[in-house]
Amino acid sequence: MKQPLLPRLLFGAFVGLVLIYLILPLLIIVPMSFSATRFLTFPPPALSLRWYAEYFGNPNWMQATRMSALIGLLTVIVATPLGTAAAYAISNSQTKLMRSLHMMLMLPLIVPIIIIAIGIFFIYAKLGLIQTLTGLVLANVMLGLPYVITSVVAGLQSFDKTQEMVARSLGMNRFRAFLTVTLPQIKASVFAGGIFAFISAIDETIIALFVSGGQYQTLTKRMFTALRDEIDPTIASISTLLTAASFILVLLATSGQKRAA
Amino acid sequence: MSVIDPSLRYRRREQGLMLLLASPAVIVIVALVVIPVGWLMTQSVYDNGFTLEHYRRIFSEDIYWRSFTLTFRIALMVTVLTLILGYPVAYAAAHVKRPWDVLILSFVILPFWTSVLVRAYAWLVLLQRTGVTNQMLERFGLISEPLALVHNELGTVIATVHILLPFMVLPLYSTMQKIPRELMLAGASLGGGPLHTFLRVFLPLSLPGVVAGLTLVFVLTLGFYITPELLGGGRTIMISMVVSRNVELYNQWGAASAVGVVLLVAVIAVFALVGRIIPLDKMLGQK
Repeated sequence: MKQPLLPRLLFGAFVGLVLIYLILPLLIIVPMSFSATRFLTFPPPALSLRWYAEYFGNPNWMQATRMSALIGLLTVIVATPLGTAAAYAISNSQTKLMRSLHMMLMLPLIVPIIIIAIGIFFIYAKLGLIQTLTGLVLANVMLGLPYVITSVVAGLQSFDKTQEMVARSLGMNRFRAFLTVTLPQIKASVFAGGIFAFISAIDETIIALFVSGGQYQTLTKRMFTALRDEIDPTIASISTLLTAASFILVLLATSGQKRAA
Repeated sequence: MSVIDPSLRYRRREQGLMLLLASPAVIVIVALVVIPVGWLMTQSVYDNGFTLEHYRRIFSEDIYWRSFTLTFRIALMVTVLTLILGYPVAYAAAHVKRPWDVLILSFVILPFWTSVLVRAYAWLVLLQRTGVTNQMLERFGLISEPLALVHNELGTVIATVHILLPFMVLPLYSTMQKIPRELMLAGASLGGGPLHTFLRVFLPLSLPGVVAGLTLVFVLTLGFYITPELLGGGRTIMISMVVSRNVELYNQWGAASAVGVVLLVAVIAVFALVGRIIPLDKMLGQK
């Protein structure tokens, strides 16, 4: 089906422009982060590592970065087993109750985060969990669970369940059968789900705006404040590093998934 | 009671075990989503006893109405724009040869995994009065005064469309990919021109993806918070910002809860309406 040249060229040009629109913001932050001036001029008049030095030399930014990394790690440690167990239950049970529980576990993706955020803010205020590590990790576990569950349910779909049954009929208890037969075969989906939960925790801003602060301030909350009050060019260096880190993580997650397929 | 089918007993035990396995995750969601949202709902009708005063207020006072209509208008604009920009991109990705499809899809997915804050910063750099876009336009003599591209509704829409475009392109792409090529050839062999075949064969078959994309983008825009807060210049007050301001600045929990409940009802209504056409899990699965 050959179409006339002109419409095809116009179509190609339109798609090209949309792709430029998509990628431009990511391309702009890298040169900005190496700029030598405070001003948002592009291309930067001279290059320097000034904003990287500013970031790594500032104890407040460093403290917030460490806090976000810690929250991310603890979130993964809690959300991955919880999500995997739930995904196992979901794919092994076809009851109506389990289907509604599955829907309920997806709620963090459906309910606008601002509503969850102020609800949690109030509950945490009653429980004394504002500006605590426990509170921040719990909130991020909640947000990360749908990612782990979706990823592991998909992994279990392509796994042949009779293998686990064989292991059990040979005398293994269920937990060992899961660990030695099932888990090795779905580990890529578990791994990917864990990474998505980590990225979601590192990226989370709205709940952190309400419940993080003091020594428990997250990187995103600091960035948000810095962006709202005045545009601090240090943000450019942080953005570049953050973007590079999340691409590496996504590559890790997807390459793991592909190897399993 | 005397005769219980052993397989039934086994199945019951099995189901009990599965519930037990799911329970830690369920407890987290109940404690951090169901209870907080339920509490908001009660709060929205409570002020020393049952009252509809908060709802009366938010539906009669001008600030709230302006925010509702603004949010609705932005959501509509963003939804239409993402469809116009996203459909051709998904079409191209579904029709070009490797490695071009991978290239197009990575352009769509890379921003998807970039922090919303990072992108807000990038748009500020690009769209400010002294920003890159204005500098370029001035250098080429296209404008004499810098354009107000950000700190307003326009800036909010530009950045929101950018954030939500992947949510449109990905469901569209996955639907289009499943449309057999032979159908288009058959249409052409029956004498339909390319445009005719597209309109009569391809477009209707891609509609499920269109509906999924429209729904996701519309619903997600309704709840947007960070982007309008950073790029809206204090005048583009969307519903989420009204909720947060009522809590943070005015300590008005009743009003904040009522606005939150209205937002939630709007989101659920859209999902329920569309859910009659496409199952919800399918929509979310395509994310």
